[in-house]
Amino acid sequence: MTLALSELFFWLFSLILIASAVMVIWAKNPVHSVLFLILAFFNAAGLFVLAGAEFLAMLLIIVYVGAVAVLFLFVVMMLDVDFAELKAGFMKNAPLGLLVGVILVAELIGFVSSWVITPGMVSRIASPSPVTGGAVNNTQALGAVLYTKYVYFFEASGIILLIAMIGAIVLTLRHKPGVRRQDIGAQVARTPATAVEMVKVKSGESSVPAAKEKV
Amino acid sequence: MLTLLDLLHGPLKPEILLVVSAMFLLMYGVFHHDPRGGNVSWLSVGVLALVAFLIAYRAWNHPGAFDSSFEGAWVNDGFARFMKMLVLIGAAGALLLSFAYFRDVGGMRFEYPILVLLSTAGMFMMISAGDLIALYLGLEMQSLALYVLAAIRRNDVRSSEAGLKYFVLGALSSGMLLYGASLLYGFTGSTHFRDIAQAAHGMAGNVPNVGFLFGLVFLLAGLAFKISAVPFHMWVPDVYQGAPTPVTAFFAAAPKIAAFALLIRVLETSVPGISSQWQQIIVFMSIASMILGSVAAIGQHNIKRLMAYSSIGHGGFALVGLAAGTEDGVQGVLVYLAIYLAMTLGTFACILAMRRKGQYVEEIHQLAGLSRTNLPLASLLAALMFSLAGIPPLAGFWAKFFVIIPAIRTGQTGMYILAVIAVLASVVGAYYYLRIIKIMFFDEPAEAFQPMPRPVRFVLGLAAAFVILFSLYPAPLLDAAARAAHSLF
Amino acid sequence: MDELLGNYLAVVIFIGVALAIAMVLTIAPFLVAMRNPDPEKVSAYECGFNAFDDARMQFDVRFYLVSILFIIFDLEVAFLFPWAAAFPKMSDYGFWAMIVFLGVLTIGFIYEWKKGALEWD
Repeated sequence: MTLALSELFFWLFSLILIASAVMVIWAKNPVHSVLFLILAFFNAAGLFVLAGAEFLAMLLIIVYVGAVAVLFLFVVMMLDVDFAELKAGFMKNAPLGLLVGVILVAELIGFVSSWVITPGMVSRIASPSPVTGGAVNNTQALGAVLYTKYVYFFEASGIILLIAMIGAIVLTLRHKPGVRRQDIGAQVARTPATAVEMVKVKSGESSVPAAKEKV
Repeated sequence: MLTLLDLLHGPLKPEILLVVSAMFLLMYGVFHHDPRGGNVSWLSVGVLALVAFLIAYRAWNHPGAFDSSFEGAWVNDGFARFMKMLVLIGAAGALLLSFAYFRDVGGMRFEYPILVLLSTAGMFMMISAGDLIALYLGLEMQSLALYVLAAIRRNDVRSSEAGLKYFVLGALSSGMLLYGASLLYGFTGSTHFRDIAQAAHGMAGNVPNVGFLFGLVFLLAGLAFKISAVPFHMWVPDVYQGAPTPVTAFFAAAPKIAAFALLIRVLETSVPGISSQWQQIIVFMSIASMILGSVAAIGQHNIKRLMAYSSIGHGGFALVGLAAGTEDGVQGVLVYLAIYLAMTLGTFACILAMRRKGQYVEEIHQLAGLSRTNLPLASLLAALMFSLAGIPPLAGFWAKFFVIIPAIRTGQTGMYILAVIAVLASVVGAYYYLRIIKIMFFDEPAEAFQPMPRPVRFVLGLAAAFVILFSLYPAPLLDAAARAAHSLF
Repeated sequence: MDELLGNYLAVVIFIGVALAIAMVLTIAPFLVAMRNPDPEKVSAYECGFNAFDDARMQFDVRFYLVSILFIIFDLEVAFLFPWAAAFPKMSDYGFWAMIVFLGVLTIGFIYEWKKGALEWD
């Protein structure tokens, strides 16, 4: 009975996933596309949970829904593009795209139908994902190898993140000229000698012009 | 703790030095307000030289040493050391070429040399990859820095366009490569090249199943993007033309060599047993690249665009040696890449010498009558062009010689045809190289160029000397390449 | 499989209840509310004026940099989860591996800070 239940969830998640993926392309409004993308991410996360990959499911929610989808929304809203106009070319190229799609699907069918798994492959898998509910859960199992066995890849991803950081700043950071910022260090370092100016004001004259020149 | 410190003394020193000094220079640049990046640039060249010294030292003390770390995900054999030296030369050459350029056109940032260093680290990871994950991470580390470098003159429309095109197509190729890698993993149960080779070997009747081949084809397609082999070459002319010239020199020199190293290693260590399967793909890419490289370059007016097609064509020639699939063939590819590196750096040094009143010109007709305004530059450029065309006794001839001979030696009919096409393509290609020489020597002179800055002159002199004098003393390079190729078999 | 569903039963019930309430609240107005539209009622109303332009406003490019930098640190944090989960059995090696990783990103953070990428103008 429980098997049937998990099967039910599998079909539910995959159907909504595929439908929302289609809607990402189909939706007229790009903001709606992004929202459907988020729905697709959620359902993919559900599938990951069913497959026992809980950590990946969590990553999908945190990184993809929480950050990447938000970035997509920003980009969609940043662009000043008339999306209706962009869509106009869609029908013109549709036949060609359809043709390519049909060929790809035909190839995929031919490919899947001849799918043979190498004999003895199951025994070759290095470290199978631990069974859910066991002594070690999915995330712990990852943690057990990621920082020791796979430390090379781990540090390399750190460097890739550093490059991404440098690249984003090099390409997009622009400071507006002439903006005065608060320099807290300079403020704290001020002494009475630099902060206060004693001005002798002769009677009948103003001290204002001199003070203005200082600023 | 101890084991991490051990890394510092281990064979991984060059990589660690590269990354740590890049981070150090990043801190130096941001704290010392070095927006023009003068010190950082020179220090980066020094770092590259130091890394080269470390690698050479290792090769000198333990010739044929086979270092491996992280359960074989990182391997450093003779092949890796040879390729790393080439990449270092390419990166250092490109850095030397960039000083004057960015001083003249502006837009120099201290991040530029740091990104070059970090992408060099990525190339090292590619060259030493013994595992699909290392392959992918190395490729991404390299490419991510290159996308930024292409667009580094962000106020220039062409440069931004080049960066964007390179990024979109590069991301597409990464996707294909990942898809292929996951299929390979799915069908063999391992990401390790060694294990994949075993699994491929163990498949029934030595005929791998369809899924495995699909994976391999996708992986090769992803790599073909990076070596700009023909069906996946469309980004090359636009990116080469749009990117700032020293960056283009870097693109043509270092990443291409690293991608070739990756391709050779994947093919020769992970699927050597089924070479009849992938040979067809390599032969096709080789023929298509050679023909397109020679034919499409004929109509070009922009010399950077011309060099892009030339680079595609030379990639095709190098693939001839790989198609042969023998140790000689791989040696030929290595020799080819080394000579190609010298010719490319030299030619780009000449392109960077084309400036009038601080403005850089890129049109071929601007070279008109160069022999009468600046004979040394004209003759060196002519030598480089003759070499690119493959005319004896210059180095470019020997490069072609050493890839075509192994192909003929295999004795297969297909390889004969490939060799004949290679010779024909080089004849067609000779036309546009010779046209440049004709323009320089026989056309009415245009206004003289400004004198070359010293680093550019240095690179040009070194490259041209290598190209001209190679046939007098070819032994060191040939021996090194032979040893490097041998370590793979 | 049994235990898996057991673990996530609470989440499933929560989503079910949330969906049910949301559906009821969305559908009920169609059935219950009185509707008597006319063009003036359904047109957009902006302080007594007709709408000037599209309600969608262009975002500032600076948001982009902020969100890119956010994603990078988000990913960094994602790497911390398995580390924390496996921490009790972690070897020294694994501990220092993470410290090195954090060190690399701290370098990036210092760079970001000094460059003023975290400031708005």
